[in-house]
Amino acid sequence: MNLYRTVRLIRRFEERAVEFVRSGEIVGGIHPYIGQEAIAAGVCAPLTDTDVITSTHRGHGHVLARGADPARLLAELMGRETGLNKGRGGSMHAADFGLGILGANAIVGAAGSIATGAAWAHRRLGRDTVAATFFGDGAMNEGMLLEAFNLAALWQVPVIFVCENNGYATTMPVASAVAGSITARAEAFGIPAVTVDGQDPEKVLEATTVAVERARSGQGPTFLECTTYRFDAHHTFEHRARLTYRSTEEISAGRSRDPVEIQGARLAAEDRAVVDAEVEALLDAAAVIALGSAHPDPAAALEFLYASPEVLR
Amino acid sequence: MPKLSYLKALNRALGDELERDPTVFVLGEDIRAAASNVTAGLFARFGPDRVLDTPLSEQAFTNFATGAALAGMRPVIEFQIPSLLFLVFEQIANQAHKFSLMTGGQCKVPVTYVVPGSGSRTGWAGQHSDHPYTLFAHVGVKTVVPATPADAYGLLISAIRDDDPVVFFAPSGALGVRDDVDFSTLAPVPLGVGRVVRGGDDVTVVALGHLVQDALAAADELAGLGISVEVFDPRTVYPLDVEGLAASAAKTRRLVVIDDSNRTSGFAAEILAIAAERFDLDAPPRRVTRPDGAVLPFALALDRAVQPGRDQLVTAIHAVLEEQ
Repeated sequence: MNLYRTVRLIRRFEERAVEFVRSGEIVGGIHPYIGQEAIAAGVCAPLTDTDVITSTHRGHGHVLARGADPARLLAELMGRETGLNKGRGGSMHAADFGLGILGANAIVGAAGSIATGAAWAHRRLGRDTVAATFFGDGAMNEGMLLEAFNLAALWQVPVIFVCENNGYATTMPVASAVAGSITARAEAFGIPAVTVDGQDPEKVLEATTVAVERARSGQGPTFLECTTYRFDAHHTFEHRARLTYRSTEEISAGRSRDPVEIQGARLAAEDRAVVDAEVEALLDAAAVIALGSAHPDPAAALEFLYASPEVLR
Repeated sequence: MPKLSYLKALNRALGDELERDPTVFVLGEDIRAAASNVTAGLFARFGPDRVLDTPLSEQAFTNFATGAALAGMRPVIEFQIPSLLFLVFEQIANQAHKFSLMTGGQCKVPVTYVVPGSGSRTGWAGQHSDHPYTLFAHVGVKTVVPATPADAYGLLISAIRDDDPVVFFAPSGALGVRDDVDFSTLAPVPLGVGRVVRGGDDVTVVALGHLVQDALAAADELAGLGISVEVFDPRTVYPLDVEGLAASAAKTRRLVVIDDSNRTSGFAAEILAIAAERFDLDAPPRRVTRPDGAVLPFALALDRAVQPGRDQLVTAIHAVLEEQ
């Protein structure tokens, strides 16, 4: 029930966000997470309050699955003062430190080493925090992520590396970009790696639970390759650009395994309808709050630039 | 009074902060063996978790420090080579520096990046001789270039305690400086506050790091000719002590900057721009810098030929004194 609620919430949030991009309420577009919801839902479900995550440019799903307020996330996408980041971050940088969301990161592969450092530090400070860090197949070719695998394995850091393999780094097919296999790269560092059906929230949850137990008990990092398919564009600019790197046949085949349907089929129809209605009511209210929120004052454009601004004259 | 070397001052500051604050730790390459001497003795005192020897993975360990800072620690990274900062420019300028604003002030990233041996190391050639403090000032990362052992100690303490990322350049040419220091007077030096190193009336020379020694030598030389040179050391490149500089320039009404950066958009260029906007000078200000787009060539005579030096500084001082 909870997993279904999460994937449904992410799906409907994203569909509404795409509409807000079209209507101009969200400036700059978004990277829709539609089709990949099972991964965020399955990874975040077994995490506890003191755990932390890092997210990606395609990050709304992770942030929602971790429990962020949809109204404040939507307000952030709209650049409003009530947004998670007070309108200073936007779609690609949503963060909620109170929930252990150390931020979505717009540089591919960057957050893996940040999450590794955070998990190492929490452990050193005597906490049993586990970090989960999301990235795509494209990040598997970023040297600093491979460096992070090495550090995490060397120092037995409680971090879970979650690779969302949606088959494409923007338009580049994974087969044209990744030599060898994705899991073998993690295994080369001595990190246990498994490939999981990333369309099925329960499968992801199951694999993550094992990884969390390993991390929490001091056995170090785990690598999860979650195979998935991005139903929508890499970014909403594609809705106008009409890129043709994926055939319509391929897209139809990819969409045939829909995480919302897979998880929804496990519920009684009436229960599902109740959840769907709750999600719509929540998102209706979120839209009202976000649209009614103030825009930041341009005079405060560089507020928060420094944590210690007093040294500036 | 005991002598304190610049290098020993760095070592002492690190030891003192590691002792004082359990969230401080040092990481970097070859720091257990203390290849640069900055961390000498610290591994034995504080152990492998506080003095964390890293593999050659600069990009990952720089972000690792950001993550540790987000979790509540105060990492200090030692970079053995100034050019490594080019490799991690993204991790500092685009990650650590941006977290505070991008998250709407939800977090802080108190990481200190220490570069012992910045600038020419005499004979280390093109890829080990840069002095890129201007780059960090340009993107708004707090940046210090101390000149003396006491300032090196005090600014490193302040950098570590500051809640923002701070890049700390210890110039190669300053590492050997030894001063008589009463250790009981060693104290934090605030970021963003310059210092008049030598008072004078006729011209203000702005110098940073190892070039402060050259400026003082030039001032001695010119004193014999009856020229009174004031040497102003900003100590912090960003944020710059504009008020301190303005007070000196208002007194002398003439200004020369010596700066171990390339000329275009360098630190000296910024000082001259501020002078043009704000100062009332009796002669156009001058700057002594590395040439435009300089790469330090290996051969000693070539290396020296592209570095700003004392003779050029003296020439520039004479020039601003002659002009009306």
